[in-house]
Amino acid sequence: MEMNEYLDVFIEESKEHIQSLNDHLLELEKNPTNLDTVNEIFRSAHTLKGMSATMGFQDLADLTHKMENVLDAVRNNKLSIDSNILDVVFNAVDELESMVFDIIGGGEGKKDVSVLVNQLQAIEKGESINLENKDANNQESKTSTSLQIGNLDQFETAVLQQSAEKGFFNYQLTVTLQKTCLLKAARVYMIFEILEQIGEVIKSEPTVSELEDENFEFDFTVILVTKDSVDEVKQKVLKVSEIDTVEVEEFSLDNLHNSETALVEAETELQNNVTPNNTTSKKEVKDSVKEQVTSKTIRVNIERLDALMNLFEELVIDRGRLEQISGTLRNNELQETVERMSRISGDLQNIILNMRMVPIDQVFNRFPRMVRQLAKDLDKKIDLQIFGADTELDRTVIDEIGDPLVHLIRNALDHGIETPAIRKEKGKPEEGVLKLNAYHSGNHVFIEISDDGAGINREKVINKAVSNGVITLDEANTLTDSQVYQLIMESGFSTADQISDISGRGVGLDVVRNTIESLGGNIMIDSNNGQGSVFSIQLPLTLSIISVMLVEVQEEKFAIPLSSIIETSIVNKKDIMQAHNKQVIDFRGKVVPLISVKEVFNVPGELTDEEYFSTVIIRQGDKMAGLIVDTFIGQQEVVLKSLGNYLTDVFAISGATILGDGQVALIVDTNALIK
Amino acid sequence: MSEESKQFLKSIVFQLNKEEYAMPVDLVGSIERMMHITRVPGTPNFVKGVLNLRGVVTPIIDLRSRFGFDDLSYTESTRMIIIHPNNMEVGLIVDAAYDVIDIPNEKIEPAPEVVGTERIEYIDGVAKLEDRLLILLNIDKVLSHESIKSLAK
Repeated sequence: MEMNEYLDVFIEESKEHIQSLNDHLLELEKNPTNLDTVNEIFRSAHTLKGMSATMGFQDLADLTHKMENVLDAVRNNKLSIDSNILDVVFNAVDELESMVFDIIGGGEGKKDVSVLVNQLQAIEKGESINLENKDANNQESKTSTSLQIGNLDQFETAVLQQSAEKGFFNYQLTVTLQKTCLLKAARVYMIFEILEQIGEVIKSEPTVSELEDENFEFDFTVILVTKDSVDEVKQKVLKVSEIDTVEVEEFSLDNLHNSETALVEAETELQNNVTPNNTTSKKEVKDSVKEQVTSKTIRVNIERLDALMNLFEELVIDRGRLEQISGTLRNNELQETVERMSRISGDLQNIILNMRMVPIDQVFNRFPRMVRQLAKDLDKKIDLQIFGADTELDRTVIDEIGDPLVHLIRNALDHGIETPAIRKEKGKPEEGVLKLNAYHSGNHVFIEISDDGAGINREKVINKAVSNGVITLDEANTLTDSQVYQLIMESGFSTADQISDISGRGVGLDVVRNTIESLGGNIMIDSNNGQGSVFSIQLPLTLSIISVMLVEVQEEKFAIPLSSIIETSIVNKKDIMQAHNKQVIDFRGKVVPLISVKEVFNVPGELTDEEYFSTVIIRQGDKMAGLIVDTFIGQQEVVLKSLGNYLTDVFAISGATILGDGQVALIVDTNALIK
Repeated sequence: MSEESKQFLKSIVFQLNKEEYAMPVDLVGSIERMMHITRVPGTPNFVKGVLNLRGVVTPIIDLRSRFGFDDLSYTESTRMIIIHPNNMEVGLIVDAAYDVIDIPNEKIEPAPEVVGTERIEYIDGVAKLEDRLLILLNIDKVLSHESIKSLAK
């Protein structure tokens, strides 16, 4: 019984570990010699084993144990990774996942995995040591850990070249702080201030932000462009206290090129000399991987976050009042305190706002693995392309959207994309493209799943629907294409000629539609026979942060979503033309209609006759329009809120947001304005 | 005691155009002083806009214009009564809100029929208490979307 309270934690963590296993295995597949990845996999497997053994899920623990053995062998270079091993390990992870899901469903996580266990054991015993490989790996990791100025990008090289031509000196400075230095960031700041006075810092290693976070040992290297001599630079820098040594060397671009070519032989040199080379990119890759793994999380009930959010918003209102009061009282001390408080609460606001938001990547990240497997099962070649994985969605929506997406992807792979042979016949590339695209638009998040497969056959759908009794033949003839496509989401409908185990049990798409509609969204299907189909899911943002441009019209403030803005411009009155009694301007060769926000929203106030108009150019699809406003206030991240259940369907307003001063600003639905 | 209290309607009393109105107190979330209201374009004119009520964007209705009374500039005593009918959150602007009283059920009479008035539909009845006459509002009808549409025309 007492285990129950740990069960939730166990399930959540197991899911995370399995995801991490999948991620790293995919990475390993691309880069089979990277032992760091193997280590990560090993770690996840090991933790999983420990947890499941503690919780008494013996099968789970056994399988992980065997998997761990294989990984251990790989780690110790007793085995080299090949696609056979990977397949077996992938299968094992699949089994682990299904066991975990069994446990979630209230089962005991029992499953017959003896076949897999035997396979894993066989792999473990089959010794094939590849010593050469190991050596190469070791050397690689050695060189990449030494301290170097990283790859200079084109821009930086260009700056260095130009400065050399204009008689500036390029120096490479290595500053070592004293071991006793307490405020490293402060010293770094002082050094940088001096450097900025005498010249310009082109590059630093570690990066400036890392330095500011004290994310370094005691030394760092910068490339400086200045007119001062070596000694002058050195002396000036040494004026900062708590510095141990300063080494200044001439930095020449010739070195850079030489060292790049000489890299292969010069490995030992590289460790001692601080010379630019191109292994740093590898180091960066490794660093980013590490960061991902080591980021720690805690679980917080969403209700608590909501409460925190509301409380904080009240605080913001009071902050606004305090600012006003201090403004009128003109008491210096009060003003200082209030300013400080404003700053801090600003930071706090950002943190709280972002806390509830989760990048959709959390859902997307399991798809590469799934698509790989499905492609193998179906004998199809699939290129999965993911866009907008950083689109943030409310956590509650993220939790629900996974299953419908899985369904749609399975569907696209099974019914949509054809087998390589058929594709070749049709003159398409053998590899089918499956695109996942997520983006914000107005008050909604759109997720599009598009494939370049066979598309939906109208006739086939109608025949099926009629024979299944979903519609009558008469009805069918009056339906538009998109109405026909919607039919495939009626319950009891399956268009696949043969029922396969991937999809096509006829219970699929209507479930998808129901789930999405229960989230307050909808799903649209667009298709071109022979060209592919697009399933586009529209989801509301119950609580979502978007970037907006705040504009002012008379006394009223409006927020225009940044995602629909192309640019802002000032339009001269004489550039405005009349077309069919409508005001238009010529915007980069395109005729763009002008919309006066004042008129559309009936903003009270006099219509003034001005020479110049501040205009926000907005876009929807390939249509554009210019919104005339009075003033641009600026760009801001805001929380989208609905107008409530009472005010529904307000024209061209998609929601509201609460500004820093506690007032409400309306968010403009640009899509409605363009239509 | 408890049997008796069942026959009372605990009501909040507010003033509008020098008349006294009442609505059930359990609908009421809070009573607020006036604060900044953001106008929402394209809504009927009695919808004054929305305001930020502790982080919740709340629509505000001016009961004066809803009932077709003359507009009056807001004073120190003007209040917003925030109510929560049917999962909604709406604020009503009234001239003043000052009292919570128990109206005995037997004192409630149906609204007097007046020929040719359509406004009658949002009045549940009237209650006569000593020298006061309280008009009992039916909030659902006041807020109903059909009435919004017909008024917007």
